[in-house]
Formats: sequence, C-alpha cells, structure tokens
Amino acid sequence: MLTFTIRRLLLAIPTLLAISFIIFAILDLSPGDPTSQIPLTVPPEVREHIRTSLGLDEPFIVRYLLWLKQFFINEPLNILEEWTGYTFGDGDRLRISSWATRSPVVDLIVERLPQTLWVVGMSYVVGALIAIPIGVISAYKQYSWFDQVGTFVSMIGFSVPTFFTGLLLIVIFAVNLQWLPSIYDTTLRVTDWSSFVAQIKQMIMPTMVLALYNASQISRFMRASMLDNLNQDYVRTARAKGMKEKTVVLVHVLRNSLIPVVTVIALGVPQVFGGAIITEQIFKVNGLGQLLIIGIQGADIPLVQTLTFIFAVLIVLFNLVADILYGVLDPRIRYD
Amino acid sequence: MTDAAANSPVTAMPPKQRSMWGDVWRSYRRHPGAMAGTAVFLLILLAVVFGPYIHTVDPGKLDIRAKNITMSLDHPMGTDNLGRDMLAQVLAGGRTSLAVGITAMLLSMLVGAAVGILAGYFRRIDGALMRVTDLFLALPLLPLLLVITMLFRDTLRAAIGPESGIFVLIVFIIGITSWMNTARIVRGEVLTLKEREFVLAARSIGTRNHRILTRHILPNVLSPIMVSATLGIANAIITESALSFLGLGFPSDFPTWGRLLFDGANFMTLTPSRVIWPGLAISLTVLSVNFMGDGLRDALDPRIRGR
Repeated sequence: MLTFTIRRLLLAIPTLLAISFIIFAILDLSPGDPTSQIPLTVPPEVREHIRTSLGLDEPFIVRYLLWLKQFFINEPLNILEEWTGYTFGDGDRLRISSWATRSPVVDLIVERLPQTLWVVGMSYVVGALIAIPIGVISAYKQYSWFDQVGTFVSMIGFSVPTFFTGLLLIVIFAVNLQWLPSIYDTTLRVTDWSSFVAQIKQMIMPTMVLALYNASQISRFMRASMLDNLNQDYVRTARAKGMKEKTVVLVHVLRNSLIPVVTVIALGVPQVFGGAIITEQIFKVNGLGQLLIIGIQGADIPLVQTLTFIFAVLIVLFNLVADILYGVLDPRIRYD
Repeated sequence: MTDAAANSPVTAMPPKQRSMWGDVWRSYRRHPGAMAGTAVFLLILLAVVFGPYIHTVDPGKLDIRAKNITMSLDHPMGTDNLGRDMLAQVLAGGRTSLAVGITAMLLSMLVGAAVGILAGYFRRIDGALMRVTDLFLALPLLPLLLVITMLFRDTLRAAIGPESGIFVLIVFIIGITSWMNTARIVRGEVLTLKEREFVLAARSIGTRNHRILTRHILPNVLSPIMVSATLGIANAIITESALSFLGLGFPSDFPTWGRLLFDGANFMTLTPSRVIWPGLAISLTVLSVNFMGDGLRDALDPRIRGR
C-alpha cells in the first residue's frame, strides 16, 4: 500500500507539470494583452515600460520556469515561514503577484478561501447526509413509491442546473417570501446570537442549492451500490444466521455499499469547487470562484494561472485520495 | 447451386423475425420515463425548429413602450426591459442552445470513439492515448473553458464573423473537453471485442485492420456510444448555458437559454418570468435527454432487456 501511494505520488508530478504547462501555454498564447485595458492616450514607450515591469519581455520558457519556481518553491517556503516563524535563506523571494492588485496571489486566495470552504464544504456534507439514507431506503424498498419518487427527484436534481435552482430559490424565498437574504454578506462577523442567526440564514440558500445537486448524484450511486450488495451471498448468510434485519442492512450491507460511494464522494470534491464558481456568482459570495471570474474579466493572468492550477492540483490530489481510500476500505483490492 | 440456395423456401423462417434493434426498441418503449423524455424532447425540438414560423415576432425587435410586461396575448411569455418578446427569444435561444448541444456532442463522440477504438485496438498507441485521456480528465474544465472563451473570443469573432465565430469556439471547446469518458468506455469494450472469435475469423481470412474496425468493431461499440451521446447532449447544453450564464458565452444580442437567464437575473424582482422560462427550457431539455439516456442504457443492456 505504501509503495503504491509513493508510486502514485511520483506519477502525479509529471501530470501536474504537464497540466501547468498547458494552462500556462493557453494563457500565454492567447491574443489578449494585459496592457490593452490601458487608455490609448498612454504613450507607447510607457506602455512598453509597463510590459517590461510585468516581466512580459522575457521569452516564454523563462517566464514558465520562473512561475514554476515561484509556485513550487517560493510560495510554499513563505507559507512555512509564516507557520513556523523561521526564516529560510534571506527570506526575500519573488512571489507570484496579481497584475490588477499588485498583491501576492496567494494572499488573495487565502483571503477568499474560508468563504468557499464554508459554503462548498457545508453543502457537500449536507448533500451526503441527505443522499445516503435516501439511497439506502430506495434500494431496500426497490420499486416502492418511495423509490420511484426518490429516483425521479434525484433525476430532476442533477438535470436542473444550479444556476436555475439558485435563481428560482432567490425568486421564491428572497423576493416573494422575503425570508432569506439573496446576497451573501462576507463582512458579517459572528459575535452574538443574532449575528449567528443571520449567518445561518445567508448560508441556507447557497448551501442548499449545491447540496441538492450533490445529494441527487450521490443518492443514485448509493442506491446502485446497495442494490449490488443486497443480492450477495453474504447477506443471505447473515439472515440465515438469524441476525436482525436492521443489523443485516445497516451494518453488513451499508458498510460494504459505502466503499464505492466514499470514493465517488472523494472524486466529486474538485468538481464541487468548479460548480461553486456558478453558485458564488449567483449569491455574490466572494470566494475563490468569484476571484477567478474577476481575474478572467480583468485579464489578470498570474491570478488566473495560479487559481486554475490550484483547481488542477485539487483534482489530481482527490483522485489519489480516492484510489488510496478504495484500497484501504476494500481489502479485496490490492495494489501491487 | 447458388440459385437453389437463393430460392430455398422462405417459409422455414420463423413467422416473426426479431432483430437486435427491434428488441431494443421494444424494451425502450416499455420504459415510461424514456418515452416521456423522448416525447418532451421531440416537442421542444419541434417547437424550436418550427416555432419561429408560427410566432413570427423578431426576437431582436425593440418596443420600449411594451417593456417589462408579464404574460399577455401578444407576448405569451412577456417582454424584457427593452420590450423584446420573450417567447421569440426563448425559441431563438433554443435553436442556438440545441445546435450547440448537438454539434458539440457529435464532435465529442467523434473524438471519444476514435480515441477509444484506436487505443483499444492498437496496443502500441494504447498507453500514450490513455495518458492523454487521463491528462484531460485532470484538467479543471470549467475554469479553463472560461479562460479560453474569454481570451479567444474577440479574435475568432473578428476572423469568422461575430455569430459563427463564437459558435465555432464554444462547440469546439465543449467537444474537445468532454470526450474522455466515451473514450474510456469504448476502449474497454474494444479490448474485450478484439479477442472474440469473429474478429479472429475475420483476421484469419486476411481482412485488413481498417475493415475489421469499421465492419466488426464499430457496430458492436455503437450502443455505449449512443448512451454517451445522449448524456453528451445534456452535458453540452448545461456547459454552454453555464458559460453564457457567467457572461462569457454568447453575446447578448444573440440569445441562448443561458444568456437569457444571465440577462434576466438582474430583473428577477421585476419580471420573474424572464428567469423562469429559459430556466425551465434548459431543465426540461436536460431532464428529457437524461431520461432518454437512462431508457437507452436499460434497453441496450442485454442482461436487463430480457426482464
């Protein structure tokens, strides 16, 4: 298992390098120019000076390697310094800085991360908590009315795009009923009971939109996995031993059915970050997704490069996590 | 001799001939969700194709005096803040959205099937093709799609023309980023198929590789490709709408369902119908296509079809 993990980790390095190269190349080959936003009255020599100060006069490969060094060496060292308080080397390293704000990209990301993690993380947990019982009951009572309704609702859940459910919820709950705020207020600090209630209220809609979408996907996997297991011989054996039906279903079958579902949940985490881009845009949550959109609209290439690459790192990382989890949870699977 | 064989009595045949596709169709017809999905999808398709000939209002026609009205006889879905008729816009948007969905799906199936068949059949290029597939699977698609449309939009619009430029760009990027699952499924099927006796027989009589591929392999992997294709339409429509919804897809004078949602979102409190109709159109289309895919998968699976 350890050798497998190490081998997969080593394999992830060329994958990530290839992805970083693709992302860098796409952004670099694009016809857009960061100085195109600057008014035409600015003289060409000043424009050229701005380009030089942004480091654009270097050849492509130099800029790519520089970015790699900044991303893989300088930024992790900086984070390490902040955590431990030690200073490595002279402590004065070139960081990836945003063209629009001139501040380090990593600081911007750290600033936005909590909002995204709260909304996305909460929605994923809520989604899984809704999905698993529904999947279990649907499979146990296959073709019952509960199953029929559950399957239909989950079909609707993953067919209706989140940007429509989000707007629909806003129309119903924020505009017509006026129960919940339609905009997520990030400046809200939870200090007492009323601000806590306000925080919960503003989190309900963005969380539920994503949670319903995730729940409908997970519950389909859960149902299929339960159905696979319910007909297995070990279930008949357990029943023949005289175990209670509850023990058979909730201990024996559920545990075995959760194995593929857990890996599906792990694989879905990066996609949820992607889906959060849309949800954040609807509810005006200033998280990572909104940062990306702002960066794209402002042609802030270092910010977009770094953020897109972080999404890629998440995908590779969670693929790895899913593979390892599969091996840990299911002793029948041996990677050698 | 050959004449005798040709003239041999046909009465020996069973009275009712059953073909595989006949069985599939019979099983598909018994799936209520699939039939409902097909009906709704055909209805939407017909409405979008022939609707503009019946409801002959120009979707771009401004009528400031009739702005922001709700449902009426003249404007069954109301109008927007510039007085453009919503029904005409939804129909026109549907043409674009469905055209993008279907073309992008075709492109994605073409790439996916080609990669899958080649990787499964020729062992030499299998490793390389599958590494590329894995690489594409690890790309963060939505951010990349956003970046690519943003960066290349203006150049392509200048080169091919405002409408076809953005259409080509969006179809291309959706097609090129959604073929991976098809390729994997097809490769798996081809790997088992090429060890079967009929392929061996074909090879032993000297059939060339490209004939084996087109004659024996391709027809046998059609069913997974068809299932992927239906799901591919749904995926492409959602992706296009998401791009347009984030303001990075089609421009505002060229309506698609996602663009209408994006434009309507700011007027949600005033005219909620501007959000509801295009959203409903996207949801119904995707739902019906997904139901069709479900029914097709069950119908094409021989283990389930018998039941």
